[in-house]
Amino acid sequence: MKITLNVWRQPASSAPGKLETYDLDGVSADMSFLEMFDMLNEKLTLEGKEPVAFAHDCREGICGSCAMMINGQAHGPWKGAATCQLHMRAFKDGDIITVEPWRASPFPIVKDLVVNRGAFDRIIQAGGYVSVNTGGARDANEILIGKDVVEEAMDAAACIGCGACVAACPNASAALFTGAKITHLGLLPQGQPERDKRALGMVEQMDLEGFGHCTLTGECQEACPKEISIDVIKRMNRDYLAASARRQEPRAVAGSG
Amino acid sequence: MLELNAKIPSGPLEQKWDQHKFSMKLVNPANKRKHHVIVVGAGLAGASAAATMAELGYQVSCFVYHDSPRRAHSIAAQGGINAAKNYQNDGDSVRRLFYDTIKGGDFRAREANVYRLAQVSVNIIDQCVAQGVPFAREYGGLLANRSFGGAQVSRTFYARGQTGQQLLIGAYQALERQIALKKVQMYTFEEMLDVVLVDGYARGIVSRNLLTGKISSHAADAVVLATGGYGNVFYLSTNAMYSNVTASWRAHKKGAAFANPCYTQIHPTCIPVHGEHQSKLTLMSESLRNDGRVWVPKARGDNRPPSQIPESERDYYLERKYPSFGNLAPRDISSRAAKEACDDGRGVGPGGLGVYLDFADAIKRLGKATIAERYGNLFDMYQRITDENPYEVPMRIYPAVHYTMGGLWVDYNLMSTIPGLHVAGEANFSDHGANRLGASALMQGLADGYFVLPYTIGDFLAGTKLAKVDNSHAEFRAAEEAIKAQTKQFLSIKGKRTVDSFHKELGKIMWEYCGMARDREGLTKAIGLIQSLKDEYRQNVNVPGSADSLNQALENAGRVADFIELGELMCRDALHREESCGGHFRTEYQDEGEAKRNDDEYAYVAAWEYAGEGKAPILNKEPLVYENVHLSTRSYK
Repeated sequence: MKITLNVWRQPASSAPGKLETYDLDGVSADMSFLEMFDMLNEKLTLEGKEPVAFAHDCREGICGSCAMMINGQAHGPWKGAATCQLHMRAFKDGDIITVEPWRASPFPIVKDLVVNRGAFDRIIQAGGYVSVNTGGARDANEILIGKDVVEEAMDAAACIGCGACVAACPNASAALFTGAKITHLGLLPQGQPERDKRALGMVEQMDLEGFGHCTLTGECQEACPKEISIDVIKRMNRDYLAASARRQEPRAVAGSG
Repeated sequence: MLELNAKIPSGPLEQKWDQHKFSMKLVNPANKRKHHVIVVGAGLAGASAAATMAELGYQVSCFVYHDSPRRAHSIAAQGGINAAKNYQNDGDSVRRLFYDTIKGGDFRAREANVYRLAQVSVNIIDQCVAQGVPFAREYGGLLANRSFGGAQVSRTFYARGQTGQQLLIGAYQALERQIALKKVQMYTFEEMLDVVLVDGYARGIVSRNLLTGKISSHAADAVVLATGGYGNVFYLSTNAMYSNVTASWRAHKKGAAFANPCYTQIHPTCIPVHGEHQSKLTLMSESLRNDGRVWVPKARGDNRPPSQIPESERDYYLERKYPSFGNLAPRDISSRAAKEACDDGRGVGPGGLGVYLDFADAIKRLGKATIAERYGNLFDMYQRITDENPYEVPMRIYPAVHYTMGGLWVDYNLMSTIPGLHVAGEANFSDHGANRLGASALMQGLADGYFVLPYTIGDFLAGTKLAKVDNSHAEFRAAEEAIKAQTKQFLSIKGKRTVDSFHKELGKIMWEYCGMARDREGLTKAIGLIQSLKDEYRQNVNVPGSADSLNQALENAGRVADFIELGELMCRDALHREESCGGHFRTEYQDEGEAKRNDDEYAYVAAWEYAGEGKAPILNKEPLVYENVHLSTRSYK
């Protein structure tokens, strides 16, 4: 089939960008969306033009690298699929497809369709872990966790950190991403000792990074390739409120002063 | 010739690791922060090593070419991780996991390393659970297990079909914690392009920032490569697109021996190739074979839809040929059996390169809901890719390149032939021999990173007097200049072919002649073809763009250049090994289709030494000594 692509081209963060139009013939319905982009890039290279930079890696919908707004939708029209899992059979002959990068100020554009999602790592650094050093962990079966609980934790842990939730949100909120981690660890017994600290730290970091507030529009849940439920945001808000109420002034550390 | 001292501790197998840990030198806690270790890669091995060494007090720098350490390809492993916990009371033990792994590696792995792997496997599960990895559970709250290709006990721990992801997220979170504590300096979008030796010791790396193109030097007291496997040499594989051999290959050129490069694991359950533009092969978890039955039509060229082929006209070839293992036969056996059926003209689907993996019986027996609960996400993925509903028609699968067991040679301490250069996870050769079973790669990555390297690097640092070196040393300057020159060279060729077209051509040569079955004639031909390809690459590749910004074609140009050289070495290794073992199947050495090993002549690790541009590499041998297991012929009948 024939496809017309309007692709965002921007040489660097600081440079202005614009949409460029490319025609592509011989696209097969069995190709993935990224394979169609490979085809475009081969063509551009042979024409002496610079190929389009785009992020991708595993092409199995799990690494979270790929990120494209396709006709205004994060990861395109298929529900519960990352761009790499979207196949060209989602489109028809003669379609015009507009492809843009994630747009959110905490995700600065690097080049063309590639953005820098380092802000997500910094949110994790603010408490998205269980503080346990290697070695000496007790036997795994000594920690009992109900099947339903672990399944619910796993639903949240399935987040691939792609950033589609931010890109889809009218406020560029990172609440779904942050809520997913707070839910994953907050449901498990291992996550309890640091539950308050985690909620406070991660939510505050999210604000510091410049992500917007959540107004529960639900676009994030629609765009999420792992179909993470907006319920994780409710849980984040509850944990944050409870932690705020319990927040204490830092204790004097022995020996200080 | 290199001296290959594996440094296997003496004493009984069961006590080697404990005794070794006791005999290793310790670094005083106050001195640990004076030592700087560079870790390249942040997959299971790299992230776990970096986090653990930082916890111990070392200064750690960690480098990834991704935008975040969470994206390493370990994330894509689906099925599970083995551990000898015997939670299912089915007779598992450290000894049995050790034995299964040695046997699964077709007696081409080191006993001591494999035993240690089995020993620490139990600690890995404890560690991961403590981190909050949401492994599957039974209703009573205990951990669930399943059996996995090639094993007759249920020792595989899993987190849905996303086990690799969850284990990596666990290690990533431990790493992010150390970054927040300022114990790890994290470098993202930074690709290592060379290892730098001073006085014969690995003392740092040179890297390129992928966003700015800036080349920079980083000095350290020890370097760890945890940079994964090289399956992408075949172009089409289950590996992520960025996975490459560059770090290992450049270290090889600086003196690190490359061991058993021809050992490639072919995974039997991938979605078949559909067209010329395909960029990768998607793996369907091996766990599917627990309930799916593999078959092809009995008659050649039977093009009827599967539902119209009656039972009596189907060949359930794995169940027929290997009655005791059936559909759970090891990966190499299942893969070769699929190839044989297709070569015999009985393949199904477009091009005849596919076999059925049928769930009809399982759905009848267990109900659709149970199958959906077990494999739902895999079924959805299959449907998205193929546009067929596997609940209604059988899946079509075909083998694909999955994992490479070869890698940089390391001793028991995971140190390469370059002192101070340690290699972990898939990047080293150490634990899997000729044919890894399922669910062991994750185990090795985490064993190396959490439980082996943090000890052995301490021993290295405590026992070695290192001169003070910083990144202004002349060796760093020289390495930087060489990289800049190579970059300039790539950009100035301005030939007529894209980097990708060369990569595809290399992949076709490798799959055809160094794939599931190899022979002398084909391998000899492949070496010639690859040498010509290398010449053409140097004259006719077209790398657009510039060196001072994000340039994915330029990144790839260096990786493909290294793949071409590695491809030649793989063919040489496959050619010299005149036997069949595990995933290495030489058609001249077989016994009615079964691999025929030659223990008298080939029970060794082939460690290749780089001899210089255009010179034949030098073969060094590390004999494999079996004191605890009897070298038996594998039989899965």
